[in-house]
Amino acid sequence: MSKIKLAIYLSAGCAGCEMALVDLSEKLIDALENIEIVWWTPTVVDLKYKDLENLEDKSIDVALVDGAVRLSEQEHVIKILRQKTKVLVAFGACAAMGGVPGLANFHKREELLETAYINTWSTDNPDGVLPQTEYDVNGSKLTLPEFYGEVKALHQVVDVDYFIGGCPPHHDHVAVAVEAIIKGELPPKGSWITSGKSVCDSCRRNPAQKGEIRKPIEKVRRTIEGTPDEECLLQQGYLCLGPVTQGDCGGSCPQVNIPCRGCGGPVAGKDFGARAVGALASLMTDEAVDEMLEKIPSLGKFLYRYSLPVSLINRKK
Amino acid sequence: MMGEWEPNIIVIACNWCTYQAADLAGSLRYPYPTTVKIIRVPCSGRVEPEFIIETLRNADGVLIGGCHPGDCHYKEGNYKAARRFKLIQKMLVEMGIEPERVRLEWISGSEGLRFAEVMREFDAKIRELGPLRW
Repeated sequence: MSKIKLAIYLSAGCAGCEMALVDLSEKLIDALENIEIVWWTPTVVDLKYKDLENLEDKSIDVALVDGAVRLSEQEHVIKILRQKTKVLVAFGACAAMGGVPGLANFHKREELLETAYINTWSTDNPDGVLPQTEYDVNGSKLTLPEFYGEVKALHQVVDVDYFIGGCPPHHDHVAVAVEAIIKGELPPKGSWITSGKSVCDSCRRNPAQKGEIRKPIEKVRRTIEGTPDEECLLQQGYLCLGPVTQGDCGGSCPQVNIPCRGCGGPVAGKDFGARAVGALASLMTDEAVDEMLEKIPSLGKFLYRYSLPVSLINRKK
Repeated sequence: MMGEWEPNIIVIACNWCTYQAADLAGSLRYPYPTTVKIIRVPCSGRVEPEFIIETLRNADGVLIGGCHPGDCHYKEGNYKAARRFKLIQKMLVEMGIEPERVRLEWISGSEGLRFAEVMREFDAKIRELGPLRW
């Protein structure tokens, strides 16, 4: 059997998803018997863009892209990758939903550039110079990629075959996904590779797992306020988004006292933040809702932490 | 499209109170602006936050109408709606959308006149704010 040709590309992300791949450890080594890595740039292999451009169309079997799309350079590479690849996977929260970089869509491009290049106290930029896409130095032209006005998820730029959630995807889930890819046992095109269950479904704190009835949330606590006991975090007032989040992580955050923040992607529906509002407000008392508005500095950033670019209203006008 | 801009207002009305009020406003011939389009739902508690946001993609204003507190046909659907509404409004502000574009009103089945008044008021407010461009 010929090996599966695999490409991995880090777009606007942090390489955490690639760490999740490396975390497969022995499983990755076993998988390498069936896989040939043809492109893992820029993280692991120093290949140039022309090396990718020179490949034949559809000669790569599977490409994993982690990270959102923020720069013209990333868009360019992803479009070539799409052309060269049979199965393109949006790997992790940024590629699938825009992720943490996508939170930038709460601000306009000008606001971001001003903060980064002019207003921070450590910046020394008296002329207020902002990054230029082209600059002439003694007759030679230097170029930089264009910084787009908004962050996009992968499927907003090219056609995507599969989505995998998580920031990063849990390595056990990556193993399941890689195995499914090797065996060719994949769901219909355009779907998430997921168990389809929520975080609560796999969380041992869930009252339903113990046959108990869920109590309403009467108080809101931030994670810095004390140490939670063994019960459901949400019931104790720690705002856990487990009910509306895909649980391919096995509920790993709530198990170590960290409330779910929604990196797995929405269980169903188009708008993660709106679904979270629906779920939370239904479980909370009026007083708790007021307390939440008081204690959470930015509700939008809190609820759309990983999914703003794919939400229904996905940028600041 | 040519011509002067007219607001597009969507009212999501509960079957038991606000929709009945709209009906009554019609029977009693209380006029209200034609910019208002009504969607009937079983209860204001059925209005998922997603409906509001989806509606705002094409409308300039959304009004959710429910029963007065204590009068909900399903006991507490309207309380749920009120809690969701508060959170949604805060999020819209952060996205740069004026909070006045979404409104929650309790209008009972006997308040036909009030329905017409609220619609006129809301229409005027949306005209003042202008088209929603997000």
